Amino acid sequence: MRTTFHVNQRAVSVDVSPRMTLGDCLRHELKLTGTHIACEHGVCGACTVIVDGEAVRSCLTLAVQADGTYITTIEGLSDGEALSPLQLAFRKHHALQCGFCTPGILTTLHAFLTHNPDADENAIRNVLSGNLCRCTGYVSIIAAAMEARSAYRAGAIAR
Amino acid sequence: MKLPPFDYASPTSITDAVALLAAGKGEARLLAGGQSLLPVMAFRLANPALLIDMRKIPDLQTIAVDDRGVRLGALVRWCDIANSPALKKALPLLPNAIEHVAHYAIQTRGTVGGSLGHADPAAEFPGLAVTCDAMIEIEGSAGRREMPANTLFTGPLQTSLGHDDIIVAIRFPPWPADRKWAFEEFSRRHGDFALAAIAVFYDLDDSGRIANAHVGVIAATDKPTRLPTAEAALNGQMPNSECFIAASEAAAQACNPSADIHASADYRRSLVRTLLTRALRKTLN
Repeated sequence: MRTTFHVNQRAVSVDVSPRMTLGDCLRHELKLTGTHIACEHGVCGACTVIVDGEAVRSCLTLAVQADGTYITTIEGLSDGEALSPLQLAFRKHHALQCGFCTPGILTTLHAFLTHNPDADENAIRNVLSGNLCRCTGYVSIIAAAMEARSAYRAGAIAR
Repeated sequence: MKLPPFDYASPTSITDAVALLAAGKGEARLLAGGQSLLPVMAFRLANPALLIDMRKIPDLQTIAVDDRGVRLGALVRWCDIANSPALKKALPLLPNAIEHVAHYAIQTRGTVGGSLGHADPAAEFPGLAVTCDAMIEIEGSAGRREMPANTLFTGPLQTSLGHDDIIVAIRFPPWPADRKWAFEEFSRRHGDFALAAIAVFYDLDDSGRIANAHVGVIAATDKPTRLPTAEAALNGQMPNSECFIAASEAAAQACNPSADIHASADYRRSLVRTLLTRALRKTLN
C-alpha cells in the first residue's frame, strides 16, 4: 500500500504493508535512523516525531496514516552541522548521557515550545513525563528546555 | 512487539464505514487516533483482520456549543478540548479533567470516540460521559440512534455496541454557569492511568442546599459508574465537611475495586474516599 508524505521538507513515497508503523517506515524504508524505537506501545516516548506541527508517537501511528502529512524527525531539527537552539542548550547543560531517548525528547520539546514558548517549569515537567530517560534524572533536560524558550519566543526555527 | 498483519481501508463516509464493518462480521475494527487500539494489537490482545481508518470521514472533528449543551464529534482529540476556549466556559469540568489524559504526544492523536469505544475503566473520558449523563450518537446498519453513556459500558474494555456500530458524536447536557464541580485523580506519574479518580458536580437550591449531586468514579470499578449512595448523602444538605465526609464514606463502601499489580483493592477504596473528600472541598473554592 502506497503512502506519500513529506519528511524534513523532502517528498517521499513508500510502498508499505498496513501493519508497518511510521517509526519503522522512517528507520527501515527511509533510513532515517535518528528516530529510536523502544517500547512499541506508546509508553516511552523515544520514537516521537513531529507530524503536521504536532508531537506524535511514531510507534502508534501507521505509515499509511501518515499519507499526505508533513513530518519532521530529529534529522530535520538541525541545519546540517548547525545545531538548533534547543540542541545547543542540550549540549550546554549536558542534557543527555547515553542519548537513546534524546531524539524523542528533542522533537517533543520542539513541538511543545513552538506552541508554548512561555511555558513554565511545571508545564515542561508535565510534558516530559511522557518521555522516559534513565540517565539524566531530568534536571539538566529541564534546565536546557527553560533556556531554549527565549529562542522560541523570538520565533525560532519552525522547520 | 510489531503489530500483527491486517488489511486497511480509509472510507470517506460513515455509510461506507458502516458497510465495511458489517461485511467484516466482527473481524473489522475502527481506527480513530489509534492510541489505545494499536498498543492492544501490539500486545496481541486484539487481532482484527481489517482496520477501518476514520480519518477521511468529514465532520467528525467538530466541537459545537449551543443552548442544548456541548456536542463533540467522535474524532475530537484531547488537544482540541484543551485548546478550546468555548469548552472552558460551557463545560469546565471537561478540559480540567482532560489534563490527566495520557501524555502530550498522545493527546495530539487520541480521540473522544476512540476512548468511548475502547471502554477502559481507568480512562477519564468514559467516566466523565457517565457522570455528566451524556448521550452517545451511534450510526449502524439500521440507521442512527442515541443511547445514554451509562448503557454503553458493560465491563472492562466492553461495550453494548454492535459490530457494525460507529460512535459518531457525544452530547453533554447544558451546564449552568454557577454549577459547583471538581475532578480529582491519583496516578503514580502525570499522564499514567488513574489508580482512582472522582468527578463530582452539584447545584445549589434557593436555600443554599445541595441539589442534583452527581458523583462518578473512575478506575475503582469495572466500568465507570455514578455512586447513588454518595449522591444521596449530599442532596438536601448544606455543603459542609459533615456531609462531604459522609458522602466519601458512602462512596468507598459502594466501590468494590479489583486488585492488580498497581494497587490493592483496599488501597483503591481508600483513594476513592480521600479523592471525593478532596474534590468536594475543592467545590467550595
